[in-house]
Amino acid sequence: MPLMMVIAEARWMRKRDPALLALTRSWAKGTAILFAVGAVSGTVLSFELGLLWPEFMRLAGPVIGMPFSLEGFAFFTEAIFLGIYLYGWNRISARAHIAAGAMVAISGAASAMFVVIANGWMNTPTGFRLVDGQPHDVDPIAAMMNPSALPQVIHMVLAAYAAVGFAVAGIHAYLLLRDRANVFHHHALSISLAVGGISALLQPVSGDLLAKAVAVNQPVKLAAFEGHFETQRGAPLRIGGIPNVQERRTPYAIEIPSGLSWLAFQDPDASVTGLNDFDPALWPPVAVVHVAFQIMVFCGLAMMAISGWGLYLWWRRSAVTSSPAFLKTLVAAMPLGIIAIESGWVVTEVGRQPWIIQGVLKTADAVTPMPGLLLPFVLFTLIYLFLATVVTVLLVRQFRASPRFLREAA
Amino acid sequence: MLSLEVFIAGSIVVALNLYMLMGGADYGGGVWDLLASGPRATRQRELIAKAIGPVWEANHVWLILAITVMFTAFPAAFSTITTFLHLPLLLMLIGVVFRGSAFAFRSYDPHNERSGPTWGLVFSISSLLTPILLGISLGTIASGRLGGTPANFREAYVDPWLAPFPLAVGLFALALFAFLAAVYLTLETLDRDLREDFRLRSLAAGAFVGIMALVVFLLAENGAPALRARMVGSPWTVPLQVATAIAALVAYGALWKRRFLVARYAVIVQASLILWGWAMAQFPNLIMPNVTIQGTAGPEATLQLLAVALIAGVVLLLPSFAYLLRVFKSGLPEQ
Repeated sequence: MPLMMVIAEARWMRKRDPALLALTRSWAKGTAILFAVGAVSGTVLSFELGLLWPEFMRLAGPVIGMPFSLEGFAFFTEAIFLGIYLYGWNRISARAHIAAGAMVAISGAASAMFVVIANGWMNTPTGFRLVDGQPHDVDPIAAMMNPSALPQVIHMVLAAYAAVGFAVAGIHAYLLLRDRANVFHHHALSISLAVGGISALLQPVSGDLLAKAVAVNQPVKLAAFEGHFETQRGAPLRIGGIPNVQERRTPYAIEIPSGLSWLAFQDPDASVTGLNDFDPALWPPVAVVHVAFQIMVFCGLAMMAISGWGLYLWWRRSAVTSSPAFLKTLVAAMPLGIIAIESGWVVTEVGRQPWIIQGVLKTADAVTPMPGLLLPFVLFTLIYLFLATVVTVLLVRQFRASPRFLREAA
Repeated sequence: MLSLEVFIAGSIVVALNLYMLMGGADYGGGVWDLLASGPRATRQRELIAKAIGPVWEANHVWLILAITVMFTAFPAAFSTITTFLHLPLLLMLIGVVFRGSAFAFRSYDPHNERSGPTWGLVFSISSLLTPILLGISLGTIASGRLGGTPANFREAYVDPWLAPFPLAVGLFALALFAFLAAVYLTLETLDRDLREDFRLRSLAAGAFVGIMALVVFLLAENGAPALRARMVGSPWTVPLQVATAIAALVAYGALWKRRFLVARYAVIVQASLILWGWAMAQFPNLIMPNVTIQGTAGPEATLQLLAVALIAGVVLLLPSFAYLLRVFKSGLPEQ
């Protein structure tokens, strides 16, 4: 959101179209709403790590606690410059103002980076040696440099830009279909689609990099992604299908011969280890992971295809806003990015089970000893549902209040 | 001697201190929103919203920072606290969520004539309860009743905090936050009547702080004996108590004489000395009576890197912060 806000402001500074200024202010307000809820949920999160997973924190804190503290500083920077940005319109020069906006976007991305680095460490823990259940020779820098960190960070940051870009583009496409003359929506759609579309076009590349890292570091997880039971050379890529753990096969899938071997190891004859070669006690819930993975990939590919279509329209007629079929498709694609992010987190988190730290600590051993955990579970779920509802309602009202700028006025 | 562990433990207290002075005052503002009364009730609420609107999210970061530094540097102490204080911390988080989101809802909802008062009530009630739960949690850590080998659910997860001493500390925290907020608010307006409203509230809250300090001290005899022994019998006892008392008297006197700027600095000193008095009485414990800084400190490499990160973070943040203050508090007219 802050990235789009800064782009809108940069275009306003060049073109002096009042609709662009109104758009910048509107997106700044959206950013402020998301930031307020981020401050609240960030506080909840830092406590929750200990409230729910005290044994995890006891082990992980000294090794990978650092990026959380760094995230605190990044969040602080974001807060300071968002304050300057929101309330400083008439107090600082135009250049200083847009620079403050850029600082918001950069520190926001840095926050995401630090948190995802910590998650990467849970997948590929490095920077310590375990002796009698205690971490020794701790090296927090090596922990932050874990092999999953970089591909996961790229994947998540692109996902965030793609999801927000598509969600915003979808809303403005809907409003544009009802009010074709409003320049405000034209600008909004162009910018959000550019941000979302470029990210969606790059995302499959980053997804491929990440999957290759998973193939090397977490073969069980990769096998679960694919519903892949039998170790074989020239393993097929399965599209769709519902894994049957009892029968150890994945029926109803379209199989592309040698596809998985090629994607994972760049070699159509490479051997891909199947779930059967691992202790079933160490399998994640295969069906959940496979289905979530399919949903994520489907959403990602659909967004990529739509972006390609948009690119084609832009190249042909230099206006993505004039094709009703394209606008209707964008409306339908509005939730795809959010669904992809949610299913992607299911893939990576459920796919790591039964471990909370891969190969080091089981999730069941990390949970708080307090009995009656159903209650906090229900409460936290309700809290997050409540926050999601609040954000959605506020943002929807924000969009409904969109101003009207006609082409003549511009 | 200032070892690395103590430096980092001290930085947690600094973060808590800043959280109290800034975030705490935001909660205090919510309390005065709840207690807004008289002919200027609406204007009181508007002033409070205007004062905390731009800053409350940033003020939260001090608490997040204290928590993240705690779990990085003293993981075992953090796990003990979050395990056995699960219930009050959970309730506190619910308060945090409702306070923040209700405030955001009230500020950003374009149709707030209808839903505004409801959200305002949610905001102010959670502003009242959250500091009490924070104080209860800190009071329990200080009481020496946390952890051990409890026999059942109640002894482990309820009895340590549902006791007179922690509850009194909770009310003490509330009083202190409300006092800070009322004193700050006298400086947020040029309107004489509004200023007078908050001056009277400051005086009332200041008296409440004094009463609660006495109650906490009396209850500590049974509720937190080890802490109390250090509070009355340490070499720093007399200078600290005298300094705190002077700050309190200056704050009160300045409010009486309407020297609001002096009152603000005095109340900041008073509240900080109270927090540092507690921290010094706990030293070298993180949790009374036997979880220590030394005993739970993480590995040397982590502590060193964390200390570097804390110093570098502050060095990077200070110019940004100075810029923020220069933009907004320098009295420059809007261009």
